[in-house]
Amino acid sequence: MEKLLMKGNEALAEAAIRAGCQCFFGYPITPQSELPAYLAREMPKRGRVFLQAESEIAAINMVYGAAGAGARVMTSSSGPGISLKQEGISYLCGAELPCLIVNIVRGGPGLGDIQPAQSDYFQATRGGGHGDYRTIVFAPSSVQELVDLVYDAFDLADIYRNPVMILGDGILGQMMEPVVFREKPRRQLPPKTWATTGKKGRGQNIITSLYLDPVKLEQHNWKLDKKYREIMARECRWEVINGDDAEYFVVAYGICARIAFSAIEMARSAGVKAGLIRPVTLWPYPQKAFDDVMNRAKAFLTVELSLGQMIDDVKLSVNGRAPVYFYGRPGGMVPTAEDIFNEILKMKGASV
Amino acid sequence: MKVVFERPRSLQLTRTHYCPGCGHGIVHRLVAEIIDEFNIQEKTIGIAPVGCSVLAYNYFDIDMQQAAHGRAPAVATGIKRVLPDRVVFAYQGDGDLASIGTAEIIHAAGRSENITVIFINNAIYGMTGGQMAPTTLVGQKTETTPYGRDPKMAGYPIKICEILSVMDGPAFIARVAISDVKNILKAKSMIKKAFQMQIENRGFSLVEILSPCPTNWGMTPGDAMRWINDEMTKVFPPGIYKESWEVLA
Repeated sequence: MEKLLMKGNEALAEAAIRAGCQCFFGYPITPQSELPAYLAREMPKRGRVFLQAESEIAAINMVYGAAGAGARVMTSSSGPGISLKQEGISYLCGAELPCLIVNIVRGGPGLGDIQPAQSDYFQATRGGGHGDYRTIVFAPSSVQELVDLVYDAFDLADIYRNPVMILGDGILGQMMEPVVFREKPRRQLPPKTWATTGKKGRGQNIITSLYLDPVKLEQHNWKLDKKYREIMARECRWEVINGDDAEYFVVAYGICARIAFSAIEMARSAGVKAGLIRPVTLWPYPQKAFDDVMNRAKAFLTVELSLGQMIDDVKLSVNGRAPVYFYGRPGGMVPTAEDIFNEILKMKGASV
Repeated sequence: MKVVFERPRSLQLTRTHYCPGCGHGIVHRLVAEIIDEFNIQEKTIGIAPVGCSVLAYNYFDIDMQQAAHGRAPAVATGIKRVLPDRVVFAYQGDGDLASIGTAEIIHAAGRSENITVIFINNAIYGMTGGQMAPTTLVGQKTETTPYGRDPKMAGYPIKICEILSVMDGPAFIARVAISDVKNILKAKSMIKKAFQMQIENRGFSLVEILSPCPTNWGMTPGDAMRWINDEMTKVFPPGIYKESWEVLA
């Protein structure tokens, strides 16, 4: 298969087209700009829809309309724009509409900067909008994985009738890596009998998140809860490195996991039995990854490009069975492998 | 026996939640009659807003989506771009369209999105209990302008037809009142023209409808109709503001 050298943002865009994305609605923001630029060029050529909306708010509501009409649809943005989309994401979840939302995260809060960050973890995994809802969140750590997850993201969105988010970062979006577009066998997807396409030959279809009767809304909430529990049971993904013998684990996702990988190699050269847990889904969070290594694990070090957000999930997963330490660089700064290596040594020292 | 009056097919046989004397029932019926007359019930998708008409999907017998507050034109855009051969209309009130949704309506019009917008202007927020709307008249008393709308404090009414009519995008912009039988018939012909514009692929169409809200105006239904003719039409003159029969490229 042909190997191409592509920027993360462009590879993601090409993967979306190949995965059958029919329309894109978005609003410009750095550092994801190459993605809409690529789609603006390629979507019309292939008979698809590209539309630059007047705002992120309009864009996510166009996604809502298109998803409700049965289309495979996506939007992309970065932190500040994703904040604006939260109302729409809440409606999409309430109305159970499938779509892909890409967040190429930058530093915050506020306007922050345009450098890579992981400070939108809470927003992505806890739901930045109102109401009881969940979105599936994928956190790729290479351009190849980014591409592969796009296919899965669209499919899972359709299977569960739920928005799926890809949480990248400025480095992943901007860096060039070799990538292969695998032609995956398509999954059996449920027919979209609920879509509003005009009621020809059937009864009326309604897309809504409104249930004025609290008895009915509670039923709807329990139905969503059942779906979220199914997703938690079936869709957790993670990678463990040196799980067979490691005693000291770094926990990191996305680009941070790439740096952490170098750090555990350094640690092993220095005689520390170091390993890595890399969650690929941030929601549902792969708690089993921790259970699997708990009999040997002496301590965990969470490394994030933030003040510490995923560490809450690490602590919930470890559940008091081992100490959990944190090392982070917020604001768009990125740690070196040496920085993380030193933190691994500190963890070992503190845990002896 | 000859049938002289019947329920349009595109309306459901049900009781609405609208107050006595409310204009929504009249406009729902007009829109449904037009959908029937064009024979497009099976290819029409409506968008219900946030506001009193949020449950419009329980009254129209067509496919519908419920949109977040003010976002109906964006939702309509998403549907129409996916299904360009369907007829898509947004049904919005004045708070939805002229306050929280000003960006969406202006840009849908600017893109000449080939959709139809039914804009109910009753100069007040109905569902939340009678607060000032962007179209509340100067001096009009509401829950949040208890001494009357004072322009020094609360500004002036927003005139949507006037704003949209200076733009290049829209194909058809008109304002009507449903204050008496003659005006209701006029309103129907304007709404029909708006749908015709879309069906003929001529671009964005919007009809603003001056509509009574006796409950929140604190009037009898009859007085409310008279207030539209006597007061609202002075600030919001009915008429065709833009009409362009060019076909979209």
